[in-house]
Amino acid sequence: MSVYLDHAATTPMCESAIGAMNTALRKLGNPSSLHTQGRSTRKDVEDAREKIARAAHCQPSEVIFTGSGTEANNAAIKGLYWNSPKKVIVVSSIEHHAVLDPALWLVEHEGAELIQIPVTSAGVIDLDFLSALVTSRGSEIALISVMHSNNETGVIQPIAEVVKIAGDIPVHTDAVQSFSKVPLSYKDLGLFAMTISGHKVGGPLGIGALILRRAVEIPALLHGGGQERDIRSGTLNAPSIVALAAAIEAQAYDAAEVSKLRSHFEEGVLRARPDAVINGQSAPRLPGISNITFPGTQSDSLLLLMDSEKVSCSTGAACTAGVHRPSHVLMAMGLTDIVSQSSLRFSFGATNTQADVDYALSVLPTVIERGLAANAVGKK
Amino acid sequence: MSGGVDSAVAAARAVEAGHEVIGVHLALSANPQKYRSGARGCCTIEDSHDARRAADVIGIPFYIWDMADEFHDEVVENFMSEYAAGRTPNPCLRCNEKIKFAAVLDRAKAMGFDGVVTGHYARTRESDAGRTLHRAVDPLKDQSYVLAVLNREQIDGAIFPLGDTEKVDIRIEAEKRGLAVAQKPDSHDICFVPSGDNAGWLRDRLGSEVGPIVDQDGTKIGEHNGAYTYTIGQRKGLGLSVAAPDGAPRFVLKIEPVTNTVVVGAREDLAVSSMRGEKPIFCGPEVGAAPARGFVQVRAHGAALDCTYYLDGAHLVAELDEPLLGLATGQAMVIYDGDRVVGSATICETA
Repeated sequence: MSVYLDHAATTPMCESAIGAMNTALRKLGNPSSLHTQGRSTRKDVEDAREKIARAAHCQPSEVIFTGSGTEANNAAIKGLYWNSPKKVIVVSSIEHHAVLDPALWLVEHEGAELIQIPVTSAGVIDLDFLSALVTSRGSEIALISVMHSNNETGVIQPIAEVVKIAGDIPVHTDAVQSFSKVPLSYKDLGLFAMTISGHKVGGPLGIGALILRRAVEIPALLHGGGQERDIRSGTLNAPSIVALAAAIEAQAYDAAEVSKLRSHFEEGVLRARPDAVINGQSAPRLPGISNITFPGTQSDSLLLLMDSEKVSCSTGAACTAGVHRPSHVLMAMGLTDIVSQSSLRFSFGATNTQADVDYALSVLPTVIERGLAANAVGKK
Repeated sequence: MSGGVDSAVAAARAVEAGHEVIGVHLALSANPQKYRSGARGCCTIEDSHDARRAADVIGIPFYIWDMADEFHDEVVENFMSEYAAGRTPNPCLRCNEKIKFAAVLDRAKAMGFDGVVTGHYARTRESDAGRTLHRAVDPLKDQSYVLAVLNREQIDGAIFPLGDTEKVDIRIEAEKRGLAVAQKPDSHDICFVPSGDNAGWLRDRLGSEVGPIVDQDGTKIGEHNGAYTYTIGQRKGLGLSVAAPDGAPRFVLKIEPVTNTVVVGAREDLAVSSMRGEKPIFCGPEVGAAPARGFVQVRAHGAALDCTYYLDGAHLVAELDEPLLGLATGQAMVIYDGDRVVGSATICETA
């Protein structure tokens, strides 16, 4: 059997989304065309927009479709920066590269100053740091971006408090991992901007959305038609938009069930390897993500061995040409370079079963033994 | 899998031979370049993509192993310190000895694998004395010289599927297998010196200190910018303004790192008729003190020279039938018995 425990990377499309997409792919009509077919496709898109808005708890006009979560993050970070005369960008130190890299790009090319909010050893941002920063330099801050939950550890961030501390400063959250998995309300959080992505929630690849407060105009990344509020140009990807809405409506992800599987898995891991450490365990976490350090191992060896036992998991960190690098997230939580390279991310999703957990636990002891041996020879 | 044609075909042949194979690309630079420029260098991101693509076409799992630290410590540092000491090292041998058939092989074995398959052109045979290492059938591609640093245990963990085939046929085979790297140019030079300018690379790292160029009597006849950028037998680039009394060209005879001196002389003074090597390694039957007849090779694609060889204490000695011009300490001497590799040692003394 093979077991897929990498749902945080991408998760299978649900059947209703595949069905909706198939139907939409056969349908003719550019949503921006004025004739009957165009209007019909436009109706599908706007129906979908309303469903997505209901799920995100925002107004339909606040949904700006993009080609990916990464694009939405870029549009938010760069757009909010360009829209402000202020020069300071504040992000958490555990952001995804889709937020960190555009911020660093603005530092390099547009004269921005980047300040990163540290996190506690549990992986939660330091709110006192943020309060002090806003008190001392609030008038210089163009935007604050803190992810709703972390993609490597699953640790949920106190976004409501961030918004409260921020006051008038626009706050963006990358909610790609949280959306449709944990309760999340754009409106109740008082957010300025929020990012979601299709393929993390049972929808297709190539579709994301930036939720942006209505009547706010930010400079665009893409020009050429102005289809989405003049903030995003490009023919609307009707089949993917429709499929994303179908996935959200189906809500195949049962948080209680996923959480139970994750607990069984973590209990099993700790029984087999009492020295294993579950990163971020003491903080509120997403139901499906488990980031575990196996002392004395190297995660790339473990991944290879897991893969050869037909268990798909992740080293959870950024890759350059496939070369494993120490995770900036775990390092921000105070783990050393070496320890952070001894960690694996297992992420559970809607399609997992208890049998998957049992199978993964059955291969784990041998994998860890071999991983320890492989690491030991490397040190001689 | 370097991303070249040889390792791709080697992997495909290993799969066909019935092995359970995974493809491993070694990341040997902490900051790889994005693209290869011509035939120079390797281990770029583009090369790793080529390797991954080959593995996918062959249908085997593929992973990148980060050996950049090990490579730097064992190969790059050694390359610099050897030059700084006035010797001429061969980093490819060192990489085989310390990385491919040590760090990689050890790690693979610990993970449950049996051995390392590479695209080297060499053959192994089973004999009463265990597995022995032999030249490839393609004399132009034979790489037994750079593998001669492997000991028995390392050879036992090595599989060389290409030794029985000529390179031209490997490219044809790659084409038939649908491998896009079939016509990718061979890599030359030292992989971590992509510019190909070894002297410049060394100068950047070791600094350049002006020193004297002297003749064999010790008379100063010129200056240089760092003794280690010269190699024994080098004729060009000496920048000497004083001609030799007989007008004959002069060659580098000796490099003295302590005094930063380069000694030059006539062509005939380069002649070497015997050499001693330290730290001998044998991958077949051990060599004894009794003289034996065979061949010695001192460069990767050098000629096999008739010699008598024997062990003198801790040193491997080869006495040449015909003198050889220009031989540097630090080079590897590899002894052959016919096409079989007898063993190798690092040259520490020539006469």
